[in-house]
Amino acid sequence: MQQTFVQPEFRVKIDYDKCHKCGRCVQQCGWGVYDFTERPIPHDEKCRACHRCVTYCPAHCITIEKNTLAFRDNDNWSADARKAVWTQADSGGVLLTSMGNPKPYERIFDKLVLDACQVTNPSIDPLREPMELRTYLGRKADSVAVEPDGTGGFRLAGDSGVARNIELAVPIVFAPMSYGSVSLNVHRSIAMAAERLGVTMNTGEGGMHEDLYPYQDHIILQVASGRFGLSPEVLKRAAALEIKIGQGAKPGIGGHLPGEKIDRDVSATRMVPQGSDAISPAPHHDIYSIEDLRQLIYALKEASGYRPVGVKIAAVHNVAAIASGIVRAGADYIYLDGFRGGTGATPQVVRDHIGIPVEIAIAVVDQRLRDEGIRNHASIIAAGSIRSSADAAKAIALGADAVAIGTATLLALGCHLCQSCHTGNCSWGITTQRPELTRRIDPEWGAERLTNLVNAWSHELQEILGALGVNAVESLRGSRERLRAIGLDEQTCRILGVKPAGL
Amino acid sequence: MAYDLSRYDGFSPDNYREESPFKIHGGCGLMGICDESGALMSGEEPIRAMAVQRDRGNGLGGGFAGYGIYPEFPDHYCFHMMYHDLRARDEAEEILRTRFTVDHAEPMPTRPVRGIHDAPILWRYFMTPRAEVLEELDHSAEDFVVSTVMEINARVDGAFVASSGKNMGAFKGVGYPEEIGHYFRLEDYAGHTWVGHNRFPTNTPGWWGGAHPFTLLDWSIVHNGEISSYGINARYLEQFGYACSLGTDTEVAAYLFDLLLRRHRLPVELACTVLAPPLWSEIERMPAERAELMRSLRAVYGPAMLNGPFAIVLGFNGGMVALNDRIKLRPLVAARSGSRLMVASEESAIRTVMPDPDTLWTPRAGEPVIARVKGMELPFHSTLHATPAEVSCAVTAADACHELEEVAV
Repeated sequence: MQQTFVQPEFRVKIDYDKCHKCGRCVQQCGWGVYDFTERPIPHDEKCRACHRCVTYCPAHCITIEKNTLAFRDNDNWSADARKAVWTQADSGGVLLTSMGNPKPYERIFDKLVLDACQVTNPSIDPLREPMELRTYLGRKADSVAVEPDGTGGFRLAGDSGVARNIELAVPIVFAPMSYGSVSLNVHRSIAMAAERLGVTMNTGEGGMHEDLYPYQDHIILQVASGRFGLSPEVLKRAAALEIKIGQGAKPGIGGHLPGEKIDRDVSATRMVPQGSDAISPAPHHDIYSIEDLRQLIYALKEASGYRPVGVKIAAVHNVAAIASGIVRAGADYIYLDGFRGGTGATPQVVRDHIGIPVEIAIAVVDQRLRDEGIRNHASIIAAGSIRSSADAAKAIALGADAVAIGTATLLALGCHLCQSCHTGNCSWGITTQRPELTRRIDPEWGAERLTNLVNAWSHELQEILGALGVNAVESLRGSRERLRAIGLDEQTCRILGVKPAGL
Repeated sequence: MAYDLSRYDGFSPDNYREESPFKIHGGCGLMGICDESGALMSGEEPIRAMAVQRDRGNGLGGGFAGYGIYPEFPDHYCFHMMYHDLRARDEAEEILRTRFTVDHAEPMPTRPVRGIHDAPILWRYFMTPRAEVLEELDHSAEDFVVSTVMEINARVDGAFVASSGKNMGAFKGVGYPEEIGHYFRLEDYAGHTWVGHNRFPTNTPGWWGGAHPFTLLDWSIVHNGEISSYGINARYLEQFGYACSLGTDTEVAAYLFDLLLRRHRLPVELACTVLAPPLWSEIERMPAERAELMRSLRAVYGPAMLNGPFAIVLGFNGGMVALNDRIKLRPLVAARSGSRLMVASEESAIRTVMPDPDTLWTPRAGEPVIARVKGMELPFHSTLHATPAEVSCAVTAADACHELEEVAV
């Protein structure tokens, strides 16, 4: 066989003077990097720089370095571009990868700054004053109708309440990731955390494993084009349903869970044969138009006893008009997934070149819904990618009701963004079904880390609100006056509805 | 607690244009007084109440609104106008005369007062909407007046509508309130309800139109505070056709009251709840039915919450409402003396007008103080109504099809 032209991306270096020769690196690595003959021998070409061995080496004698091979300088033909050509000439295939778009496109969040109060309006101390983050997701009336309650007061009249809304203690929810792409222990961790935090998790398109039933009031069940894992019974279990049209990491294409990741349990939950690939088509084959979407929304409402139904779309060029159509079709929320959003498997060309930033999508969708007077009819969840409480605050200020975190969720559980989820060999036990790897995540431990993360961000959101001089998140939501842009061009500022700093 | 005014040498209502004896530094000052029996008070009383709060302003804005002051034209819309020049007056009058029958128009009566200069051209008009225009536009008279106000303020350069209600008017400008009050000869007017304001502008330049009270239809608002949620409040109002052209918090508060009370027909207590809602932790402790109502009000009207420090007095034909923000970051004192209910930023203002009130208290955060003139129908309703905004309900077939075309492009 011909030697591949593509050289290893990383160098695994072991300080053998310090090495205990215990073999733990061999055992920890899911990629098969190490052989062991008297001492561990790394095969650099298999390394994904996931740092599992580094983290668990008792002697701290492993380092991973970039393989800094010199290439003849060429601004046009980067080393990555050359490697891609060699790889495809080897295989004739589509380049597969995972997680979100890593390319150096403008990161708008990093060019927005928040306001603070000085003198004329006081800041509020979140350690001493209430600071409210509670959020309701779902369709709301345009106005509240009341009637006298007979004792001099008033009560709700008609159906203008929020009974059919999803109550969130904080405006941060867990993003959809399917059982199959991630392990059951990951799902258990997220479900437990969602319940403790008073927020929601999302099944992704893989259905709801019966171990998650105790947490069903905090679970949004996804209905994707493959219709995996759905039954009339499970539709009635979820807190809400979500029709997945698209995903930020791979707008316009379907999903592919390789047969190797479909063991007996995944097979039972997804309701697909064991060991055979589960392929969800690019479009829903019963949704070829907005009126078809409307039919599915109402079919799901009927089938589920009128639970809220959201629609998840990838942020694409015409997102505002699409979102408006979705709201008018009866969706209770829109989930906007930006092009930085993660995935368990995607063609690299799609991940890196299709879609628009979520910041832009939030801004134009929120404004369009306001222009049409239908902003109250649906909530906006923004995702792809929310990296910190600051991103969350900025997304909310641009107009999002809540943010969803996927990549950050996995990072909290050990993910190192090695972009290899599609291989099913995740050494951290996250995106794998190999039992010796999945057992590395103890759901109790995972739930605690996720609870910590969201609590930490929530405290930071409270600090931000306090600095802004408001004590409820609804006073930040859509308040673009509290944002300023640094170094964004005028057109982008106009689209975002944000003034440049200094104005 | 009572301030004995006589202790301060030289204090008398006659020389309050001189330096006030009180040195309490703060933001704006405000007052509201209502005689619930409907008895009329001279405009001199609100002037005195504002004069003792002189230090709460910086001379860049003062003003008053009085109700029941035009008994000779009780059913006419009275527009108080400010013009920078005659061209602006001609343009604005053109709009007014096409839309209204003007039964009486005159310059505002004023007198020269030290400290007041560069006044705009001030006129007032007593008018009724032209029936044929109303019919053509298919507007209620109130919506018609609102759209006229918006059009003049937004489109006619150098013209500004200072007030537009019935049997009421706003008198405001750049100066200390006592100077402005005398400039407009308020002692010649008598009203059952008055509100007054002293301005310490920090966020907008001091100009005559930007002084308080801010008014729309019969509503008038005086406000002390800076609303930290201005951005979302303004964007929320834009959805309902309100253009926030002044850039002031008070304008936002006025439009929100108009939306909640007039268009959404909320009872005044609940409108105040929307603007300064209870905490979630308080809501959870309420009886189930009330908690559900509060949850809905907060969820539906979250963008209307006025967050940040404020004390507001809302005047209308038939009474007034005073309200503090939800954690009481600005002062507000209330008192009752006989049939008179009074609120002010400082107790000193109250004791100037009613030296020995029956009761005097500090209203709690978010808890409205409401005065109602006996026998006057309130300009808002407390029974069940269909909401106009519901008409544009999303999922009619026509809408979806219309949207489809847009998506398909």
